[in-house]
Amino acid sequence: MSEISDNIKNVIENEPVVLFMKGTPEFVMCGNSDRALRALREAGAPVTAVNVLPDPEIRQALSELSGWPTIPQVFVGGELVGGADIVQELAEAGQLPEILAGKLGESYRDGAEERVADVLTPAQR
Amino acid sequence: MAVDRLESLLRGAFPDAGELRVEDRTGGGDHFQVIVTSPRFDGLPLIDQHRLVNEALAEPLRDGTIHELRIKTRGTT
Repeated sequence: MSEISDNIKNVIENEPVVLFMKGTPEFVMCGNSDRALRALREAGAPVTAVNVLPDPEIRQALSELSGWPTIPQVFVGGELVGGADIVQELAEAGQLPEILAGKLGESYRDGAEERVADVLTPAQR
Repeated sequence: MAVDRLESLLRGAFPDAGELRVEDRTGGGDHFQVIVTSPRFDGLPLIDQHRLVNEALAEPLRDGTIHELRIKTRGTT
């Protein structure tokens, strides 16, 4: 297990909502990542974003862990919810807040502010 | 043409699909919308439905033919 995989697992298990995306919330680099981010923000989710662009190994390790081949990937309470299509469909059906509350508790909105997590081992940065 | 290749891969994975459409969303040949209605999705949560589509398109996803994929699935019930 590479260090990147361990770091990815740590973020998935320790952060309430993780969005693996192309770019960062301030500089979104792809349409699907933007759709997922907007849907999560609208639902008031406390998003921890991970930029997969700095190193292709991030995406590779992530897809090995999740079995999901594309980016973005959204995890809530340690579980894969899906990519942009699913997250947006859930949001449009008004079900995203229910899922967030179900996995994170009713007060999920007061979770931490939106932030970026780094999964690259210090040596590679 | 990429659209035909994706369509045949999906036909193979979903031979009994009612609706099966592949659209080149931007005209650039690598941003696709796929729409599949199939009894294979009946009773499956959305994420598993999309997993089946991702598996059917694993190769074009891996070799970069598909840069961006949008999936819409529906069961028949």
